[in-house]
Amino acid sequence: MSGLLLNPSQYQRLLEGAWFTVQILGYSFVLGVFLSLVFGVLRLSDNRIVRGIALTYTEFARGISSIVLLFIMAYAVPILMGLPQANLTLLASIALGLNMGGYGAEIIRGGILSVPRGQTEASIALNLTNNQRLRHIILPQAMRVILPPMGNLTIEILKGTALVSLIGLVDLTGAEALAFNGQAAPTFEGVRHSRAVFDLNVLVMYFVIAQAINLLFRRFEARIDARFESRKGEIAPVEDAIGASK
Amino acid sequence: MSAQASSSEPMIEHRSIWKRPVTWVAIVAFVAFLVILYVLGTRELTFGTDVAPDPNLKWDWPYVISLIPDMLNALSVTAFATVYGFILAVILGFFLALGRRSQSRWISWPVSGFIEFVRSTPLLIQLYFLFFGLASATPIRFSSNQALILGLGIHYATYCSEAYRAGINSVPGGQWEAATAMNLKPSTTWTRVIIPQAIPNALPALGNYLVAGFKDAPLGFAINVTGLMFFATTVRGRDFRPIEPFLMIGVGFLLVSLPAAWLIRRLERRISYDRI
Amino acid sequence: MTESDSATAPRVSEKGAAAVTMRNVDKAFGDNVVLDDLDLDVDPGERVVIIGPSGSGKTTILRVIMTLERIDSGSITIGNAPLYHMADGTTPANEKRIREVRSHIGMVFQHFNLFPHMSALENITLAPVKVHGVARDEAEQHGMELLHKVGLAKHANHTPGELSGGQKQRVAIARSLATRPAVMLFDEVTSALDPELVGEVLGVLKDIAEEGETTMMLVTHEMGFAREVADRVVMFDHGKILESGTPSQIMNEPEHERTRSFLKAVLAH
Repeated sequence: MSGLLLNPSQYQRLLEGAWFTVQILGYSFVLGVFLSLVFGVLRLSDNRIVRGIALTYTEFARGISSIVLLFIMAYAVPILMGLPQANLTLLASIALGLNMGGYGAEIIRGGILSVPRGQTEASIALNLTNNQRLRHIILPQAMRVILPPMGNLTIEILKGTALVSLIGLVDLTGAEALAFNGQAAPTFEGVRHSRAVFDLNVLVMYFVIAQAINLLFRRFEARIDARFESRKGEIAPVEDAIGASK
Repeated sequence: MSAQASSSEPMIEHRSIWKRPVTWVAIVAFVAFLVILYVLGTRELTFGTDVAPDPNLKWDWPYVISLIPDMLNALSVTAFATVYGFILAVILGFFLALGRRSQSRWISWPVSGFIEFVRSTPLLIQLYFLFFGLASATPIRFSSNQALILGLGIHYATYCSEAYRAGINSVPGGQWEAATAMNLKPSTTWTRVIIPQAIPNALPALGNYLVAGFKDAPLGFAINVTGLMFFATTVRGRDFRPIEPFLMIGVGFLLVSLPAAWLIRRLERRISYDRI
Repeated sequence: MTESDSATAPRVSEKGAAAVTMRNVDKAFGDNVVLDDLDLDVDPGERVVIIGPSGSGKTTILRVIMTLERIDSGSITIGNAPLYHMADGTTPANEKRIREVRSHIGMVFQHFNLFPHMSALENITLAPVKVHGVARDEAEQHGMELLHKVGLAKHANHTPGELSGGQKQRVAIARSLATRPAVMLFDEVTSALDPELVGEVLGVLKDIAEEGETTMMLVTHEMGFAREVADRVVMFDHGKILESGTPSQIMNEPEHERTRSFLKAVLAH
């Protein structure tokens, strides 16, 4: 039904916006994952003060409204810190990343707690350092529990990126407004489409991006699962090994 | 450890929940709350202040205090949309959950698809669609508040349906088998055996969605709802003070969502004790 | 590993084993006193089997040596090196110190605790490579030898999920042998196994006891095994050592009534 499709030039604008959406999602994701790892682990620290600080961060990051945080970062922070020229994209990414970190830290903490105590005890018996234990034993196993909710969280952040259009950044949502309003210009050529058609197209585009994220996470989950299955490869012939040692 | 069939009626005569006065008091109070919220929330608000902010200060306390009445008015609008939207979500979500569990593919597939689609796409665009989009292509005209409540309700119905699904799935399979063995009608199985066990498990998740809905409700300002964000942006535009209004509503959200999250955690703990 | 210039390294006998000395060790969990002013001496290379009723705290003896639990007071010495104190014997140990001494102790657990995301060989080579700085090739070769010794060379690339209980436990034993510890602790290592798999693990333990040189401390209910392998059997109950002697002494002529009734109950199966 051609009535539901937009003009090619309009699609081009939307795709440019979509590309910006993916970019800002990427920056936020990187910051978010970093904060999640750091604070998720800190939440389990032996030190009460460290635990308290981590708890404060996660409570704050989860308790605040994302749009309010975004506006504070975009409008209040530059003035408070005396940097009126601060990069809006950077500020928006920080806002979304901070938000994500709060939820992600809880996911990581839950994942770490899900690993049986015996794994920790075996690591102590083998005299691994705390870092080695976390890196080689705990986190790889925690991944199975962490990845599915992390995937959902990433999609939530994707939805959050739409808010940056409200502070003037041209993501997919911002591009929609520009393309739609551009139809009012006297120089506009081509078929004019209703707002409804624009909205539906944009919704579908977000949906596609979300499914792509789902797919990526599923792939990652499959790779992690593969580690729990036997390795391929040659085993060194045992006779040689024994002969060499005796 | 299998759970007891904690919901089955004891043989002893006891007062039904509908006969107890506490139930009726709670219902009346809740309805009164809804009515008050509606009256407060549907006012058309404009925000004006007589106190001029001091341009030399980054943070002007008397100015902040003068803004509080306006902020509370704006809060009533945001709260109104949140509560009504959540009620819609809770009800609609239940039907979505049932639809998803349907044996018939003709029902379960479209419902699953709908849930997945709405959940994966931004609430903001859905609000635009309800407020601007429908008006442009159909005779339907929603007001700002109506579009916000509808948008929140549908969006969060998809989350609530997941919460219900998890709650229903958490009821041990043996409960279903026992119901079959006792030859209970499906409606009886649902209302007397399954739902009373599923709902407590779903409550913490539902509570979290209520809090999340409250944090999302400010998006309404993009479709002209005169709530907390509208208050903050209006004040900023009018007085050129970006810091106070946004930090005020930021703190306001924390003041609501942090105690709420704490209450929900306590609720979760109490529920898990009962289950054992 | 067994020769070290560090003054803090536990002195081991030429055979690569160290003595374990516990003095006035107290350990309580809340109000529950599990180790009550415990004194225990194990000679280098000695095989000691600890028996006693469930919940008597015998597992806790092994766990405080392995530092999975910390002692409330007293001292534990491995070779000539205090475990919970610095070299002077009185200052409480820091983490670095504990790690140094702990590197000479190994433990095999009742529930195996293998790393499920690693193959058998990877389980075995992890500690030698990451903790003891052994080159990967050397570690893998040594690991294959150990796997061969416990009869599982063919399963080197298998992950624990694909192994039976007995096989898992044998891998776990190989894993702790890989770091060449001076003291080996075995915590009811056959209790979680199906009966028909117990024999293969006991066989491996007997081989280790015969060929190997490390000090071995085992908590077990397997009396037949104790009789064959142990140099000494220790009866433990209510936080204290009730009696201690050779296997034939304890099992044939126990001094205490409690030992008698315990043995009767255990041997009745």
